[in-house]
Amino acid sequence: MNPFSSGTRLRDMIRAIRACKTAAEERAVVRKECAAIRAAINENDQDYRHRNLAKLMFIQMLGYPTHFGQMECLKLIASAGFPEKRIGYLGLMLLLDERQEVLMLVTNSLKQDLNHSNQYIVGLALCALGNICSAEMARDLAPEVERLLQFRDPNIRKKAALCSIRIIKKVPDLAENFINPAASLLKEKHHGVLITGVQLCTDLCKVSSEALEYFRKKCTDGLVKTLRDIANSPYAPEYDIAGITDPFLHIRLLKLLRILGQGDADASDCMNDILAQVATKTESNKNAGNAILYECVETIMSIEDNGGLRVLAINILGRFLSNRDNNIRYVALNMLMKAMMVDAQAVQRHRATILECVKDSDASIQKRALELVYLLVNENNVKPLTKELIEYLEVSDQEFKGDLTAKICSLVEKFSPEKIWYIDQMLKVLSEAGNFVKDEVWHALIVVISNATDLHGYTVRALYRALQTSTEQETLVRVAVWCIGEYGDMLVNNVGMLDIEDPITVTESDAVDAIEVAIKRHSSDLTTKAMALIALLKLSSRFPSCSERIRDIIVQNKGNLVLELQQRSIEFNCILQKHQNIRSALVERMPVLDEATFSGRRAGSLPSAVSTSSTGAPRNLPNGIAKPAAAPIADLLDLSSDDVPAPSSSGGDFLQDLLGVDLSPASAPSGTSQPPKAGTDVLLDLLSLGTLPPAQSSSSTSDILSSSQDNKAPLANLNGLTSLSSLSPNATSPASAASMMDLLDGFGPSPQKHEENGPAFPSLVAYESSSLRMTFNFSKQPGNPQTTLIQATFTNLSPNVYNDFLFQAAVPKFLQLHLDPASSNTLPASGNGSISQNLKVTNSQHGKKSLVMRIRIAYKMNNKDVLEEGQISNFPRDL
Amino acid sequence: MIHFVLLISRQGKVRLTKWYSPYSQKERTKVIRELSGVILARGPKLCNFVEWRGFKVVYKRYASLYFCMCIDQDDNELEILEIIHHYVEILDRYFGSVCELDLIFNFHKAYYILDELLIAGELQEPSKKTVARLIAAQDSLVETAKEQASSISNIIAQATK
Repeated sequence: MNPFSSGTRLRDMIRAIRACKTAAEERAVVRKECAAIRAAINENDQDYRHRNLAKLMFIQMLGYPTHFGQMECLKLIASAGFPEKRIGYLGLMLLLDERQEVLMLVTNSLKQDLNHSNQYIVGLALCALGNICSAEMARDLAPEVERLLQFRDPNIRKKAALCSIRIIKKVPDLAENFINPAASLLKEKHHGVLITGVQLCTDLCKVSSEALEYFRKKCTDGLVKTLRDIANSPYAPEYDIAGITDPFLHIRLLKLLRILGQGDADASDCMNDILAQVATKTESNKNAGNAILYECVETIMSIEDNGGLRVLAINILGRFLSNRDNNIRYVALNMLMKAMMVDAQAVQRHRATILECVKDSDASIQKRALELVYLLVNENNVKPLTKELIEYLEVSDQEFKGDLTAKICSLVEKFSPEKIWYIDQMLKVLSEAGNFVKDEVWHALIVVISNATDLHGYTVRALYRALQTSTEQETLVRVAVWCIGEYGDMLVNNVGMLDIEDPITVTESDAVDAIEVAIKRHSSDLTTKAMALIALLKLSSRFPSCSERIRDIIVQNKGNLVLELQQRSIEFNCILQKHQNIRSALVERMPVLDEATFSGRRAGSLPSAVSTSSTGAPRNLPNGIAKPAAAPIADLLDLSSDDVPAPSSSGGDFLQDLLGVDLSPASAPSGTSQPPKAGTDVLLDLLSLGTLPPAQSSSSTSDILSSSQDNKAPLANLNGLTSLSSLSPNATSPASAASMMDLLDGFGPSPQKHEENGPAFPSLVAYESSSLRMTFNFSKQPGNPQTTLIQATFTNLSPNVYNDFLFQAAVPKFLQLHLDPASSNTLPASGNGSISQNLKVTNSQHGKKSLVMRIRIAYKMNNKDVLEEGQISNFPRDL
Repeated sequence: MIHFVLLISRQGKVRLTKWYSPYSQKERTKVIRELSGVILARGPKLCNFVEWRGFKVVYKRYASLYFCMCIDQDDNELEILEIIHHYVEILDRYFGSVCELDLIFNFHKAYYILDELLIAGELQEPSKKTVARLIAAQDSLVETAKEQASSISNIIAQATK
């Protein structure tokens, strides 16, 4: 050893770090080492460069920053000897990743090493390139890698093949250069080359349809033969795993065959025999064999239909499902999910076993099984399956309850055959796992309860009973409190008794007790307590005998430290004392909540809309409750004043609301006078009733107004309203009819406007590529036929996010174009959102020439610039 | 495709990490912390798969070490178990009944072997013998280079005496 070196050996450093008893000690050792290494780097010390880098790699693995060593990697790679290069490339792969600028500097060294005479150095370079290359490097070095696919040594060919995979994933345009060399790899005998060649072909098929066609035509037979040879090969010690020759190759061949057979009957036909052979002959007593069977089943499921093979595959899954090994059961569940698409009936046969798996002790299996059960449920089996799931809810782990509850709620909502069943099941879920139930779920329950007029009595009694046994489930308490407040009289008088019910005797003071418990329970949160206060106010009018006691409870809360509760108490007390004359009108039962509006808002994927006033829609109701006063009351009793204390609904505005009782909804649509909050709410609600399609629920008031000029919107909406009310066709159809009436009343002028506007224009898919779709919606400004308003909506069809999205358009001279700014410049992947942008086109030759437009769309995908261009000449005439 | 390979000791110490998809240093630390929490907590008889952020992590315990590989949803989990075993067998043959300490002090060798086994998150060699041969050849290249270097430095040392 060099006596002048002060550094420790790698081994000694690791020992020193391992000897540390505390994290602080470790940090100190690492800091000292890092300081020494930095000093060495500054002195440009060459003798110990590789040792220092090795130390840095270890330090990096412990999670400390090591960026200062990145340049050292490059220096080592640039040196001549193999040992230096070996450690240099290792460091490069560990300390850097494709996103670092430094990486660009290594491109030249890589190029030299790829052409090196020493094949091991070529191997190192290929390995590094395959593991961390960026798109730029891929472009620069692709020719070298392509050449190396024909290198004399098979070990280089296989590395080059995997490296090519990375390259075509980074730059799919390069795929076509690799098709021919990849196809020639499939004829190799060397297993390493063959395996990597098959993998390369698989990935080529994924990025290029041209490659897929090519391999399907030229290579299917050859691959089938290779698979047959390998499946029938005699014992080969070098590749043998548990009596099977090279399961890895088996699996890759099956995977490629799957891609080739998918959607092509001829290719599928060609591989039937060998798949049958693999499915029947493979030993299933070891993991390797099962891995092959698993892959084989997936291939059978994916290729074009062959009844016999599918039966075979489902049987294999059945065997897997009853296996004792958890791994095998897990993959069976996984595959059955895919089999559901192909043959749901066959999967249903295993329902009982799958249901057992939901109760497994293994979280991974539970989760898979639950998802599968969720798919299995249909109208016919929803009752028994839900029963099983709810029973299991009682004993399941705390961590699993959240998932399970969400799934049960969703199933019950989706498939419930009748309302009473829905309410029953939801009550069970609330009593078991009410704390896991999401807000929108219990909001939906209240909407359903409110709509089931004949079940009010039954529901409130059931809730009262449930409340006696489980008081710790927050959402149960909330729903119960709301129902007792609304339907307290039915609770006490046993109104609407069903045959299945046991009669109970509840006195008025029992009902008040229940609410009092809820308000005094210290674990109740703000929402629950606020709801309890409202319930009390309502009961005070329903139960005159208890009104003194109720006032006492309310008065107790006048000193509450939470502002919202204090305010409510003071106001309610005021109502009780001073406004006896309007009290009964104020606390009348809530108008039936409109299911269609509610579910429309939920579907609008706008949770905030769900929790904002979803109830305050004044409307002509069949039972004639709707008075002008209904609006502020609804607002006051708003379900949603939960999380955010919203003083607007009950605060200082309240009295104004009270005074503003004469603020009739009719005056609201004028939109000119917008008195504080209630007015706007009413306006919004009124509008949202008819014109606000779910997707647009975020738009502002002015948008809504303008959207009503679009001829299509109201129509589409009405359809939506009726179709959304699937939960209870009987109860809601009058409601939605009413809202339709309302709509026409409220927008008296608008139909006339439509007349002026001329005919409706259908929306148009103006541009569509494999990665992007652009739709145009047209509308005309009244009295201005030359001008067309176009709303362009962009949808991303690829799995990647687009950044810096920019839409440009050009028109010929007889047109004038005005572009508004886009709603966003980021387009989420896979159609999970869209960008919209408004255009205004004025056609000076209106009636003579139709619109034409040239467009250009630029964006960044994976930091790569993409440009798409096109011309749109299929505009509707007369625009 | 394999997105990353992790070796974690039972105490939660990281013994090897290899990333085939880009993760920043911050994300890496977070991933390791999250996964070691989930995996180390799992009982011995449970299945070897954990679903995590839309991926699957296949893990297997050998003595005190957990070998974990993160794969896509539609990859073959059972095959990954075989790949893990394949790697362990090669390590075992290379070190001669491998133990955790071998991997701590010779972590770079564990990486070299992994690089002969996987590139770009895909398997490159199904034969243990071939991997062993390639590693041995490269090791001997390093040895000869070292010997040469020491002999040259000896000559220089003698010359400057």
